[in-house]
Amino acid sequence: MKPAPFDYLRAETLAEAHDALAAEGGDAAVLAGGQSLVPLLSMRMARPKVLLDIMHVEGLGGISREDNAIRVGASVRQADLLAWPELAKHQPLLAQALPWVGHWQTRARGTVCGSIALADPSAELPLCLLALGGEVTLSSAKGRRSVDAADFFTGVMSTARRDDELIEAASFPCRRAGEGFTFREFARRHGDFAIVACAAVATEKSVRLAIGGVADRPRMRDFDDPSDDALRDFAEGLDARGDLHATADYRRNLVRRLGRITMDEARRCRA
Amino acid sequence: MPRLSADTRHTVRLEVNGHLQESEAEPRMLLTDFLRHKLGLTGTHVGCEHGVCGACTIQIDGALARACLMLAVQADGASIRTVEGLAPEPGGLSILQEAFRRHHALQCGFCTAGILVSLDWYLREKPEPTEAELREFLSGHICRCTGYVPIVAAALDAAQRLREAKGSK
Repeated sequence: MKPAPFDYLRAETLAEAHDALAAEGGDAAVLAGGQSLVPLLSMRMARPKVLLDIMHVEGLGGISREDNAIRVGASVRQADLLAWPELAKHQPLLAQALPWVGHWQTRARGTVCGSIALADPSAELPLCLLALGGEVTLSSAKGRRSVDAADFFTGVMSTARRDDELIEAASFPCRRAGEGFTFREFARRHGDFAIVACAAVATEKSVRLAIGGVADRPRMRDFDDPSDDALRDFAEGLDARGDLHATADYRRNLVRRLGRITMDEARRCRA
Repeated sequence: MPRLSADTRHTVRLEVNGHLQESEAEPRMLLTDFLRHKLGLTGTHVGCEHGVCGACTIQIDGALARACLMLAVQADGASIRTVEGLAPEPGGLSILQEAFRRHHALQCGFCTAGILVSLDWYLREKPEPTEAELREFLSGHICRCTGYVPIVAAALDAAQRLREAKGSK
């Protein structure tokens, strides 16, 4: 339960971080809040040669509204976003989902972008980013690019980030008039990994349901007709995983039950 | 950008419970081990060592953290408060610690250090928590004696006494 040896780099500018990633590539791991990476190091499931600490990089710490989206910098902690006074007004889904991310004691350290970088299939923040149609800003010594959430998550703990790239920020679209949002989760204990997590976005014409904890990455579908049959079809089509907490069937059943509640609530929340 | 190499011990300076402290750590040394073995502060307990149990909870720069989820080198330059820093003077107990004693809010006592550090922070942030809020907050800690009822009772009692103490100042 002690990490294998690694070098530690504390970057203070974006250029330093880019240079380190360009030089070390896949041998480096980016350390932000450390709430998932450090246990992976301790259990030796991750054995990087170099750890690049980005929490002291200038300019990565801000929460701002840009182009009708909430832009969250790479070193913004989950507790900071939850405490941002404008959160519930501009994006109710995040305000509902963030209290489900770990515990008070881990949200105080864990970062929003770190959770997105890790891409755990049951994590709440990747699910919200997908449900809202958000995007991730990646940068490297070669330049900067934005990737839509739908293209960013590529599998279990796998993303479109290249080894030389750093997640600079994640952008969550703000609420638009007439939209309703609901987040619901089923876990054995508050703060544990979700067995199934649901995020719904209702508009005048349709309801979007995004599901976490079931397949290898968050999945979603837009329902013009959110009937029980359509929901069953979506649930049956998910490549559900079974583990010691719940079977694949149990998860699909939860998608139908909790998905129903979540979609109905989101439609009621439209105002 | 300085590079701290894996096989060398590096100086880590930080403030612990109001005192500047300094010792050496390899990059891979966890903050729990640094506090316990380098600084001799064994009040911070090591339970699961992967961020689940909460026994090693400390305060760092005014926020809560699990010390086993941090490297000592990450904490260089930080200000830390551990369970040793809670009592107002040697031999005395804080209002929160006193409430834990009165309510028998510990059995084996292993989880207690982390819970006290957590609640010390929380009751300052939220002086009037409901029982439900306290229970959600305490979900970040595991007590395997399962003595949660007296822990919640002690926390509610301490919250009230802290409010009274503040009001009488």
